[in-house]
Amino acid sequence: MSEQTPNTVSESAAPTQAAPPEKSGNVMQRILSGAAGRNLGLIIALVLLIVVGAITAGDRFMNVENFLTIIRFASIIGVISIGMTFVITAGGIDLSVGSVMGLASVVASLSWVQAASEQTSWLLMVAVALAVGGAAGFVNGIIIAYGKVVPFMATLAMLVAARGLAELLSNKQTQIVTVQGFLEFFRGSFLGVAWLVWIFVIAAVVGWFLLSRTTFGRRTVAIGGNFEATRLAGIRVNRHLVALYVLVGLSAGIAAVMILGRTTAGTSTHGQLYELDAIAAVVVGGTLLVGGRGTIFGTVLGVLIFATLTNVFTQNNLSNSVQAVVKGVIIVVAVLLQQRFASRPGRSS
Amino acid sequence: MRGITKEFAGVKALRGVDLDVVAGEVHCVLGQNGAGKSTLIKILAGAHQPSGGEIFWNGEQVEIPNPVAAIEMGVATMYQELDVVDGLTIAENIFLGHELETGGVLHRARAARATRQLLERLGHGNLSPHREVGTLSAANKQIVSMARALSHDAQLIIMDEPSAVLDAEEVKNLFRVVHELTSQGIAIIYISHRLEEIRQIGDRITVIKDGASMASGLSVADTTTPELIRLMTGRNVEFVFPPRRELPAEAPVVLDVDALGLRGIFTDVSFEVRAGEVVGLAGLVGSGRSEILETIYGARRASTGHVSVGGDRLRPGAVDKAVTAGIGLSPEERKSQGLILDEPIFKNVTLSNFARYARGSVLNERRERAVTREQIEALELRPADPDRPAGTLSGGNQQKIMLARWLVHGTRVLLLDEPTRGVDVGARAEIYALIRRLADAGTAIVVVSSEIPEVLGLADRVLVIADGRVIHSTPATEIDEHGVLDLVMKGTAA
Repeated sequence: MSEQTPNTVSESAAPTQAAPPEKSGNVMQRILSGAAGRNLGLIIALVLLIVVGAITAGDRFMNVENFLTIIRFASIIGVISIGMTFVITAGGIDLSVGSVMGLASVVASLSWVQAASEQTSWLLMVAVALAVGGAAGFVNGIIIAYGKVVPFMATLAMLVAARGLAELLSNKQTQIVTVQGFLEFFRGSFLGVAWLVWIFVIAAVVGWFLLSRTTFGRRTVAIGGNFEATRLAGIRVNRHLVALYVLVGLSAGIAAVMILGRTTAGTSTHGQLYELDAIAAVVVGGTLLVGGRGTIFGTVLGVLIFATLTNVFTQNNLSNSVQAVVKGVIIVVAVLLQQRFASRPGRSS
Repeated sequence: MRGITKEFAGVKALRGVDLDVVAGEVHCVLGQNGAGKSTLIKILAGAHQPSGGEIFWNGEQVEIPNPVAAIEMGVATMYQELDVVDGLTIAENIFLGHELETGGVLHRARAARATRQLLERLGHGNLSPHREVGTLSAANKQIVSMARALSHDAQLIIMDEPSAVLDAEEVKNLFRVVHELTSQGIAIIYISHRLEEIRQIGDRITVIKDGASMASGLSVADTTTPELIRLMTGRNVEFVFPPRRELPAEAPVVLDVDALGLRGIFTDVSFEVRAGEVVGLAGLVGSGRSEILETIYGARRASTGHVSVGGDRLRPGAVDKAVTAGIGLSPEERKSQGLILDEPIFKNVTLSNFARYARGSVLNERRERAVTREQIEALELRPADPDRPAGTLSGGNQQKIMLARWLVHGTRVLLLDEPTRGVDVGARAEIYALIRRLADAGTAIVVVSSEIPEVLGLADRVLVIADGRVIHSTPATEIDEHGVLDLVMKGTAA
């Protein structure tokens, strides 16, 4: 995706020179470049996976309960991936999400935080987790925007440091959550659907709106499309970068709350390698790693594809290792397909 | 040396182009942006496949399936964006891909010797083969690129607008090297916008318009400039600058630059621009012209002095404050500094103020499109489709996007850095007329251009810059190109 093969260059160069396409071609192009069209390949892939699941596992796979399980399984990575979509669209990356999530889960479940939450409200735990995530993102953002450190290195440093801090604070012990309000909330559901799933759905809708319908989203895409041009247009790019990393940090904070709810324990090992799953989902979803184009819808599809895959494999009692290999293949195939479908006019010079 | 012949006909983006190049000549290819020059080059370089037509090389019909085949055949291409690797040395760059080696072990000394010979052939024996390419000037990178072509025993070198990144002195040097090459029997295809350059260096010219060759192999000496422009544009175009209007005596000072300085680049630059006035900065590349504009704009933080707009002093180094105060910049490098090429026209037009159309934080793309349509109408921007990606437009229309951006913003001060770079001859007059219209509407404008006639024709008042200082200020009608160059030379000598 970051590498332009000579082939894609020539494909994108052709329409610049050629006479303008006819009206019907234009309409087709618009449909294909719309949300549904651009994600057509992903939808097909997801449907194929479901068909495979239905054939191999039958009713064990094809029931509402199982589909909800898939989405619940996908929800935590999903929330992180939505935050990740923003930074990648802006041409950045955040490798620290998994560590920050682990750190937030540890801090929010420290005994004194839990004690204070018992006294006041379980929402205090939530606030603490979000604050930790946001603060880590703020530090990342400041280092990247004002220290001019490349995002890869700045967030790699945070990945290492946050994990270490989580180990120090928790003494490498698992901290059981005992706050009743918190536990009850996450045991509960709304309209028969677990709260984990609702949080993911809300995050996706808010993320979609924020990225495609607001000035915040426009700035994000503009920065990823051309940082210098955006700066020279008078947009406060550094301040926006900080906001972006705070946003992805918050998404890691939300993910920490979710994992606390699901596992009822905080530990420094939460969220290991989540950054890679999130990046894979975002990129498979059609967001360009070089920035300038991103879709939340695609990211959600990417997350669901991986979650469904895992489910199909588990239902068929296949090992994690086989699953990992197939996942790798899917990433490559998806990116190859993206390059075919999403030819990028205008990148020729 | 046998004659080299190439023929094309009925190529897709090209609707039939004929071109024949003879050994030892400089063959210029001329055409407006989008005429099909780049496609033609890419076919020759093996990056594109022709959908029809034939190519002959040394009298034999050939196919060029990929870039490697082109190089092996003896065709080397120097693209606009130089394809040298900054982190490697000159010698490593020259032998990149065909290293002198035995079983994977490099012969560094032999490569250095061969490199020195190649550089000497190009009259640049003073460059060390071990110098890292990233430390070289654009001009010297071109030399490295040419040396690489020679190392492949290229018989034909294609140069795509090589002078675009060079100043006058470097262009002279480039021409010397080109003569060197042609005297050794190498053929050159030279692509350029600059007619006077083609006059200096070309032997023959092929003119391309709308993907078809209008004239092939014209002799440079026998073809007049108006004739060439007519072939390129299909109509007669002169460099018409719009008439100036008398500046009303009460026109207020909008931009006040006071003793502005940027350490190591320029010092003590002071001038005022009144509403409706066009001030031109003339000087050579490297004199600090562009940096002055960028510093006024806040893209660079001034080390001394300050800038005021309408009497209010701006904070140095804050672009957003400058934009809010009503300054707009159309940067030198439109593609890398001005536009988001993959985004549609309307998002580029509203980049500085989409927030103004938004309800709260929610974008209103309908209004953005409507505003853009008005500008498309007013500026005759083509194609007239707000959703077309900016990168697909010609240079002239991209420049219009930049102007439209500042128009919808209600800019009081417009800084234009090389407003017609990459804009073909036909569209230039339009841009000039637009700039004048903006001035007549009360905008204060500062223009920088490396083409002195452009500055003189466009501006009301000219500031001559040399070595980072304003050495002269005069009404544009009271100085000519020679006068400016004289001043520049004296200023540089002093």
